[in-house]
Amino acid sequence: MDKLNEIIDKYRETEGALIPILQEAQEAFGYLPKDVLVGIGKGLKLPLSQIYGVVTFYSQFFLTPHGKYTIRACRGTACHVQGAKKIISTIENLINLKEGETSPDLKFTFETVACLGACALSPVMMVNKDYFGKMTPKKITTILSQY
Amino acid sequence: MKEYRTNIMLCTGTECVNKGALEIKKALEEEVKKRGLEDEVVVIPTSCDGFCNAGPIMIVQPDGIFYQQVKVEHIPHLVEEHFLKGRPVKSLIYVPQKEAQPIARMKDIAFFREQRLITLRNRGLIDPEKIDEYIGRDGYKALVKVLTSMTPQEVIEEIKASGLRGRGGAGFPTGKKWEFCRAAKGEPKYMICNADEGDPGAFMDRSIIETDPHSILEGMVIGAYAIGASLGYVFIRIEYPLAIKRMEHAIEQAKNYGLLGENILGSDFSFEVKIFRGAGAFVCGEETALMASIEGRNPEPGQRPPFPAQSGLWDKPTNINNVETLANVAAIINRGAKWFAEIGTETSKGTKVFSLVGKVNNTGLVEVPMGITLRQMIYEIGGGIQNNKRFKAVQIGGPSGGCIPENLLDMPIDYEELIKVGAIMGSGGMIVMDENTCMVDITKYFLTFLNGESCGRCTSCRDGIDAMLEVVTRICEGKAIEEDIEFLEELAPVVKDASLCGLGQSAPNPLLSTLHHFRDEYLTHIKEKRCPAGVCKELIRYSINSEKCKACLLCVKACPSSAIFGEKKQPQTINIDKCIKCGVCREICKFDAVIII
Ligand SMILES: Cc1cc2nc3c(=O)[nH]c(=O)nc-3n(C[C@H](O)[C@H](O)[C@H](O)COP(=O)(O)O)c2cc1C
Ligand code: FES
Repeated sequence: MDKLNEIIDKYRETEGALIPILQEAQEAFGYLPKDVLVGIGKGLKLPLSQIYGVVTFYSQFFLTPHGKYTIRACRGTACHVQGAKKIISTIENLINLKEGETSPDLKFTFETVACLGACALSPVMMVNKDYFGKMTPKKITTILSQY
Repeated sequence: MKEYRTNIMLCTGTECVNKGALEIKKALEEEVKKRGLEDEVVVIPTSCDGFCNAGPIMIVQPDGIFYQQVKVEHIPHLVEEHFLKGRPVKSLIYVPQKEAQPIARMKDIAFFREQRLITLRNRGLIDPEKIDEYIGRDGYKALVKVLTSMTPQEVIEEIKASGLRGRGGAGFPTGKKWEFCRAAKGEPKYMICNADEGDPGAFMDRSIIETDPHSILEGMVIGAYAIGASLGYVFIRIEYPLAIKRMEHAIEQAKNYGLLGENILGSDFSFEVKIFRGAGAFVCGEETALMASIEGRNPEPGQRPPFPAQSGLWDKPTNINNVETLANVAAIINRGAKWFAEIGTETSKGTKVFSLVGKVNNTGLVEVPMGITLRQMIYEIGGGIQNNKRFKAVQIGGPSGGCIPENLLDMPIDYEELIKVGAIMGSGGMIVMDENTCMVDITKYFLTFLNGESCGRCTSCRDGIDAMLEVVTRICEGKAIEEDIEFLEELAPVVKDASLCGLGQSAPNPLLSTLHHFRDEYLTHIKEKRCPAGVCKELIRYSINSEKCKACLLCVKACPSSAIFGEKKQPQTINIDKCIKCGVCREICKFDAVIII
């Protein structure tokens, strides 16, 4: 919790500090467990309900731990017309997870995203911070077998 | 700076880096050194060239030779042939789809030839992390001019005279917006750069920031001077880590050079910029929601008026501009409003950056003069449709925009013309669709997107989108009747009129434009229970052509629902009851044996 207090202190003087604090806390702890949210509420003197409101509004925050590898498949417009649905069902099939799920051994988390911003290479997916473009079911098999 | 005989301008934009540009850089440097060319040849990492599907890209200057799809293993041969013996390597030179002749020089390639770069003026030419390179190309010259010789009102007049309109969606005249904010009472005033870019399928704002962050900062400082703002925010979505990093770096450098902060360039004008990392919701790009987000509130859009210019961030006068809008400002100050106003059409001046994606051969980022036709965009710059398929529609304006059919391809692109055909300029996503794209399915896609992104505050938007989605889904499933179309046509205007913010007001656009231009396709789904593009799952069936099937069993392994069966070494069969119609088998089959019926 020292780490959390450090983050809160850093932003104490700033207006509108909640989101940056949540972002840094998530980076530090991997996700946002309840005691972290309670700590932020105390630190900023905000009701827990308001913090939950913000956390659940944004797709970026998560309340449960994520896997070691987060796989993000794009379902944006460019990817959609290039067959994103097939890409998504192939990934789901290979790692046996549905969208939004994390494997019990905390190896993989699978998410779909509105756009990964690499639309020229659609369909696109990401594993942690690495992009993979022009995906086909075949390529996915090769890529995922490396993890 | 040291002069070299040859400069290798290696693109290190997101796409090229993903395809291995950094490994190529290392290999190039090693090979150049190995051959003892290090005093003659230098590798310069540049920002995105825009021709993303040809990446990794490098341009050899001064002769302008354009290499594409370069791999590490090409490097030894390339260095020996081109840089040692002076013979460009044919196999790495771009060959257009239809012509067999390779085109060696960048300026001759159609993808680049038709472009006119104002906001992307430094693309491929500078290292975006070095402020000196920006300054070397007239960077911050406009700021000096403004601070030493122009009053805020003169700056506003210049921008007004240029005809610059907002590139973030609605196309509001930028000079006028600044004037309102200048006239508003209240201290301090804020200047916000909107880099939320929530439109799925568009990435120009990300690319502009990654390419040339200082051009946006310079525009912001000039704008802040014009309206009298003392604090600025760049609102960048968190999904864009490289853009955030480059912007942070640029702000740091500008501060060190006295171009940001207290008493900029020794004048009595002070202005600071902070970055706010937006947390990924489409509605955050709407200006009132964006400000709520910076204030730490839930990003629900608020009522307008009052407009941000009167009462914005923390109830103070606030000006919000899109990234691309701001990137135009310094160029206008440097070259004059008259020069800018001569480019484009009657009502839409200057250029527009589009992310040209989908089923065209050349995908990437292009900047073109307003008034260029869709046909030029798709067939000249885009190089036509992939795999010689037939063009069907181009979607412009994202979830607030519309689909434009083939018979309108010769229309010029400007704000007003696009509205006339049921689309909007939007932020500049341009998604090309071919005969294999189903227009009803695309409509369902956009409504699903909007349904998830509506903040839920107004009933008309929340329930209206939901109801439209329900009907369109039934059409895709072959469970609709003709009267459903009438219902959609009655509901759509209600959602438009009764919703509070732009999201709801424009949400029916994708539906209305496809209903208007592709009504037959809707009717085929309803009356014949058929999806002509072969997309809508409920209306198609997969089958294996036993003559073509070679029993390789790839599809059996790939099928997520174990629906494919058969004897070893015999043609396989699909169990229709188990098949979830994901199409993976068809994709993976090497013999085109899987067909849609
Ligand atoms: C739902 C919705 C989403 C929007 N998203 C963006 C966006 O991602 N980027 C942007 O610049 N403007 C976006 N806008 C427009 C902004 O509200 C605002 O008009 C714009 O940033 C003003 O800048 P400009 O005058 O330079 O265009 C959006 C509007 C709506 C209604
Ligand atoms: S639409 Fe998939 S990366 Fe943009």
